[in-house]
Amino acid sequence: MNLNWLIREFRHQPFRLDPLLCGLLLLLMVLGLGVLYSASDADLGTVWRQAVRLGLGVVLMIVASQITPAWYRRWAPWLYAVGLALLVMVLVFGVGRGASRWLDLGVIRFQPSEMMKIGVPLMLAAWLHKKPLPPGLFDFVVCALLIAVPTLLIASQPDLGTSLLVAAGGGMLLFLSGVRWRWIAAGAAAAVAGAPLLWNMLHNYQRNRVLTFIDPESDPLGQGWNIIQSKIAVGTGGLTGRGWLDSTQSRLEFLPEPHTDFILSVIAEEFGFVGVAALFVLYAAIVLRAIFLASQARDPFGRMLGASLMFLFFVYLLVNAGMVSGLMPVVGVPLPLVSYGGTSAATLLAGFGIIMSFYSRRKMLKS
Amino acid sequence: MILAESTETLHDSDNRRTVDRRIWFLVGLMLFALLGVLARFAQLQILEHGTYAARAENNRVRLRAIAPNRGLILDRKGRVLAENRPAYRLVMVPERVSDIEAVLETVDDLVGLTAPEREQFRLMRLRNRPFQPVTIKGNLDEEQVAILALDRHRLEGLDIEPYLIRHYPYGEALAHVLGYVARLDKSDLNRLDADNYRATTHTGKTGIERYYEEQLHGTSGVERVETNAQGRMVRVLERTPPVPGTDLQLTLDLDLQLAAIEALGEHPGAVVALDIETGGVRALVSKPGYDPNLFVNGISHTAYRALLESPQRPLFNRFLAGGYEPGSTVKPFIALAGLDSGRITPETRVFSSGSFRLPGHSREYKDWREGGHGWVDLQSALEQSVNVFFYDLAHNLGIDRISRELALFGFGQTTGIDLPGEFNGVLPSRSWKRRTLDQAWFPGETVITGIGQGFIVVTPLQLAHAAATLAGRGRAAPPRLVDLEPPAVLVEHRSEHWDTVFKGMHAVVNGARGTARAIAAGIPVEIGGKTGTSQVFGRPDEEFEIEPEELPWFLRNHALFIAFAPYENPTIAVAVVAEHGGGGSSVAAPVAADILTHAMRNQP
Repeated sequence: MNLNWLIREFRHQPFRLDPLLCGLLLLLMVLGLGVLYSASDADLGTVWRQAVRLGLGVVLMIVASQITPAWYRRWAPWLYAVGLALLVMVLVFGVGRGASRWLDLGVIRFQPSEMMKIGVPLMLAAWLHKKPLPPGLFDFVVCALLIAVPTLLIASQPDLGTSLLVAAGGGMLLFLSGVRWRWIAAGAAAAVAGAPLLWNMLHNYQRNRVLTFIDPESDPLGQGWNIIQSKIAVGTGGLTGRGWLDSTQSRLEFLPEPHTDFILSVIAEEFGFVGVAALFVLYAAIVLRAIFLASQARDPFGRMLGASLMFLFFVYLLVNAGMVSGLMPVVGVPLPLVSYGGTSAATLLAGFGIIMSFYSRRKMLKS
Repeated sequence: MILAESTETLHDSDNRRTVDRRIWFLVGLMLFALLGVLARFAQLQILEHGTYAARAENNRVRLRAIAPNRGLILDRKGRVLAENRPAYRLVMVPERVSDIEAVLETVDDLVGLTAPEREQFRLMRLRNRPFQPVTIKGNLDEEQVAILALDRHRLEGLDIEPYLIRHYPYGEALAHVLGYVARLDKSDLNRLDADNYRATTHTGKTGIERYYEEQLHGTSGVERVETNAQGRMVRVLERTPPVPGTDLQLTLDLDLQLAAIEALGEHPGAVVALDIETGGVRALVSKPGYDPNLFVNGISHTAYRALLESPQRPLFNRFLAGGYEPGSTVKPFIALAGLDSGRITPETRVFSSGSFRLPGHSREYKDWREGGHGWVDLQSALEQSVNVFFYDLAHNLGIDRISRELALFGFGQTTGIDLPGEFNGVLPSRSWKRRTLDQAWFPGETVITGIGQGFIVVTPLQLAHAAATLAGRGRAAPPRLVDLEPPAVLVEHRSEHWDTVFKGMHAVVNGARGTARAIAAGIPVEIGGKTGTSQVFGRPDEEFEIEPEELPWFLRNHALFIAFAPYENPTIAVAVVAEHGGGGSSVAAPVAADILTHAMRNQP
């Protein structure tokens, strides 16, 4: 096998990671495992499995950080195409409870929609590369289609949360490219106009989620239960919290899924407002550092891609925190790198790897 | 190439500026949003902390009442007559069940639910808050427990829990004394202290169980428990333990009770044996009985109907509520009234010709023996139960005097036994007749009162209490099973009057012509007694010249006997009623003899 191309790609690259960003990420993940221990009712097995997944994610991040920006640009259309093909396959052969989101590859079960969270911004960044910015109407329409197709495919799985995140990732890249405000307003208007259409496409459980978000107390034992119990958990935490391992809402199973989507409620109950604020500071530090790294990229491709991935990471946090505190409907978005689950962590960590790749590339050229 | 590079760079730097502006715009927007979310957390965690803390507390902390263990009931020798047995019941936490009717149907399919069980469940559900477990079915057998455990996945919100169930090991033998507990119903709830009964499922319905409900029940405890979202208890935060009910020791002697039941044989009837000194009840039988254990878990409709419709009326408490004419057993008391009045002396003799006629009346009042007993004094009148002697005496005394005397011995009044539902009998008098029938008193009615017939009605318990008062020479305590009351002098007569009557009663058993002389041989001590026959059918007049044996059983007379033993210094008094037994001498006296023999051989 001829591996010359691979050697060429890496030849001049020092093995380089940003120590500050890596340190912050590591801190977040370690603290997250600590909270997970409490949220899983002191189950070391859960913590260990999550640690292994995060470890794999870190490996993925390191690998991603060593690949050159040029390689990403060149392979973006292929990655996007493969992603789309897999999404179609999920619709046909998918497995999963209620909604088919997974492809069973025998060894691992794989969620192609997750891949598109990077695939869509990557494709858009590649498409807009070397084009004058802000993009023209043609490019804008092409980009909109590049976003819409995977978004609708994922929404029809149905996976509302992921489809919105994929759309948000693509939309943010488009926004970063400097799309005219007029067009953004037009797009927003189209979205509002299309909302009733989308409402009709929604499955009943999705509609319920939206309805109970509007009035959770209307169905306190059914759909509203999650929101109510989460708010109780958050509120009872107070300023300083009950203390680690002392979340009654979680331990007594009032809180649904305390170790996945609602892990922030556990943090809020155990560590109070002080804990939540500190966590937000840590997230803000990670995002700001990553955006700084992205802004150092040599070309708009790297900047747009890096920044949009970071903003996506930030959207995870905002949506999850909004959901847990009753500001948003329950859409099943995890608290990034803290909630139990491997797929989203892997995607997010891969995103950090890509950003560090652009940053290290730029530094190399400077020296 | 160089040109191309430079234009591209120029191009790139424009693009970079565009992108950078947007990046900083988004950074600002995101930080602003983050501050917004943080403000939301501040609102929930600082401003509204109190509300949510209270809701969290409400979520997890439940007050749970704990039922006290019911006190045991023991006989005088400490043998357990009512106990608490471990059993299993199926309970539901209603708020954890979405479709209660469907779950009940599933339970019905698996182990069967009776109508009373459904009704009980409905009632208890209304009474309890939705997170409190409510019993669906009690006293599950092992097979039912296994079936329910297997189908647990279909029975969300249901649980099998251990509890204690009341059990009466001697069943029928003590049913009318102990009564039984059964599930609380609406009327119980109105009567009892709801707070103390929050966790209690059963309460005494009759008998000792009902009378001493308060002592037997105890005081319920309370637990502050932490429960999880499924309503399951996680831990106890605070506990005030229940105070178990008091064990009750009865004066009743199980051996004597069983002996009395056996002695009564096939006859329906009643036996009461009282301790003369204390009033303590030594045996208390109403036959037939029923199995009280059937009622504890709710008796089935068919079983209940069978009991109700049985011609021998097993649910009827004969010693307590059964009204019988005392017949000749009333004679010793009439005799005391006569001696006290001075109308007769022990030497007074009356000629029994076979019948008695009131002056100026044609109606004949008969002696039980055709042709009469000839000249008799008081002692032989008691010995042979000579009716004419007592017709004459009653007529001489008048109803007022008789009534007064009998009232002293407790006729016509409840005895004050510690059991609910006592019947006070009927003690006729002029005022009584005026009051209840609005009629004048006729002299003929006085005559038959002299031999315990007519309006007069006593319960076996009254009769035994009267016998005990007699044997105690007027000093007695009310019959009691648990809390004894001190004896008091109820009747005062000159000592020789008591002696005279005692001699007569001694002769009933020991005299050559005594109506109960047949039993004397079998008893280890000398006793005094009096036979009696209670009319069931008609009056002793010419219209019904039918031999008793020819009557259908339910029209035959009741046989009565009162007795005390030992004759010198009596300690125990008994009253026996054998329904439709015919004559007191042939049926009731031997029963009393067996009981007294047993009592004398097994001194407590």
